[in-house]
Amino acid sequence: MSFLRASSPHAHAANNTTKVMQTVLLATLPGLLALTVFFGPGSIINILLALIFCLAGEALVLRLRKRPLGFYLRDYSAAVTAVLLGLALPPYCPWWVVMVASVSAIIIAKQLYGGMGYNPFNPAMVGYVVVLISFPLQMSQWPSPASLLESLPSISASISQVFTGQGLDAYTSATALDIVKQNNSQLISQVYADSDLLRSGSLAGAGWEWVNLGFLMGGLYLLYKKVFTWHAPVAMLASLSLFALLGYDSGSSQSGGSLSLHLFSGATMLGAFFIITDPVSSAVSNKGRLIFGAAVGALVYLIRVLGNYPDAVAFAVLLMNFAAPFIDYYTVPRSYGHAKPRKATEKQEP
Amino acid sequence: MADFAIILISTILVNNFVLVQFLGLCPFMGVSNKLETAIGMGGATTFVLTLASICSYLVNSYLLQPFGLEYLRTIAFILVIAVVVQFAKMFIEKTSPLLYRVLGIFLPLITTNCAVLGVALQNTNKAHNFFESTVYGFGAALGFSLVLVLFAAMRERLAVADVPLAFQGPAIAMITAGLMSLAFMGFGGLV
Repeated sequence: MSFLRASSPHAHAANNTTKVMQTVLLATLPGLLALTVFFGPGSIINILLALIFCLAGEALVLRLRKRPLGFYLRDYSAAVTAVLLGLALPPYCPWWVVMVASVSAIIIAKQLYGGMGYNPFNPAMVGYVVVLISFPLQMSQWPSPASLLESLPSISASISQVFTGQGLDAYTSATALDIVKQNNSQLISQVYADSDLLRSGSLAGAGWEWVNLGFLMGGLYLLYKKVFTWHAPVAMLASLSLFALLGYDSGSSQSGGSLSLHLFSGATMLGAFFIITDPVSSAVSNKGRLIFGAAVGALVYLIRVLGNYPDAVAFAVLLMNFAAPFIDYYTVPRSYGHAKPRKATEKQEP
Repeated sequence: MADFAIILISTILVNNFVLVQFLGLCPFMGVSNKLETAIGMGGATTFVLTLASICSYLVNSYLLQPFGLEYLRTIAFILVIAVVVQFAKMFIEKTSPLLYRVLGIFLPLITTNCAVLGVALQNTNKAHNFFESTVYGFGAALGFSLVLVLFAAMRERLAVADVPLAFQGPAIAMITAGLMSLAFMGFGGLV
């Protein structure tokens, strides 16, 4: 009988990039299901288009740089970017919006920095912000949830809407965050009574609450699978809740929307579990992640309530991506065997 | 007090001099290779900017306006800024010779930092009073230092990234600055 000698770590699970990325893709399913049930097939079309453009963009750059195509395309990282982008873009937006977003995400935000593992900004959010600033009209048209329409858009009508701009009539409506943002003189209770969307939801507007609950479910699954640690999402949701509680005075026209509205509408849960947990563009240490998440939550609330944009997750994430290297600099953890963490500015002992 | 807070938020975030108004890009690109240097440069620029906006306000309202010499404003401000920078240079040389050596040519070059002249001219355009001018200059300097320091930390990380050959160095730094500017557009409407 012979003993096989192997040095540590004694990892027995095949834990590699491909596996992790596949788990993330799997975890987006509940949210995608909710989007499809409440808003029709638009998100699926978005995702398919984004997959085509993202993978093509990735392949193009890899070819130009003479890197092995199959190896990098099979790690699914471009696919995850494409899926997150497709989920974030409004359903039924024109195909060229998806194209511009995908090209900005993969080529500019990811491949120009050296590809997977080097991008300082979250590629999907860069793509989203580029099209949000370039095409504000197309990006502000979210469809009404199914419960307010007579029927969900059919697949053929959706496809013609995406490619020709015709096919669906009067399918858009203001989102829950839009409605609360555009309110300037009414009591919150009045706003809720006037809006079909807000009245028919129990947490944050019909459809939206289910989408967010779907992403919350997916996120908890990823947490259970230990794809990321709890620090960043919990810090983000906690600081967003804190600000929402402080800013909500039980419903005057000046208040910034209730706690449940902020937690369960817009991209809150998608951002908390799928965007800010990106291991490359967020902070590295656990303490750093707490700071990172809390700052994202605070920025989301400030821009949502005081800024020009109804939702702010993408901007908040980019701003904190920008600050992440600095946060890392000052949150270097203590290394084993040392009494104090090494200061980032300190020179290493020779 | 609320007015001052609004001016500060406006100059640091919403109308950030570097990322929104695109002033002071040369030191932003030139001194952001190392974090420590960037912190020193941020401190020096804060000192100069605040002092320069005070001095230029005094020169403008007690020298130029009473004598009807507004047409000399740009030249007079450049002179004032040069004097303040010289003062800052002597100050840093005596207090921190190391920082003085590290900053090198970029210290006298604060004179040509367009953000400094930009602040002085915007102060007169917006008819700020003495305290508003001071806070405006200070806020502009804080905004400049903030993005300079964050950018420097990011560039230290970019230095080890596998960037394609054609985009290495200043090219990728400019792209990064562009993406950061994009992110700062999210602050629009905050004030």
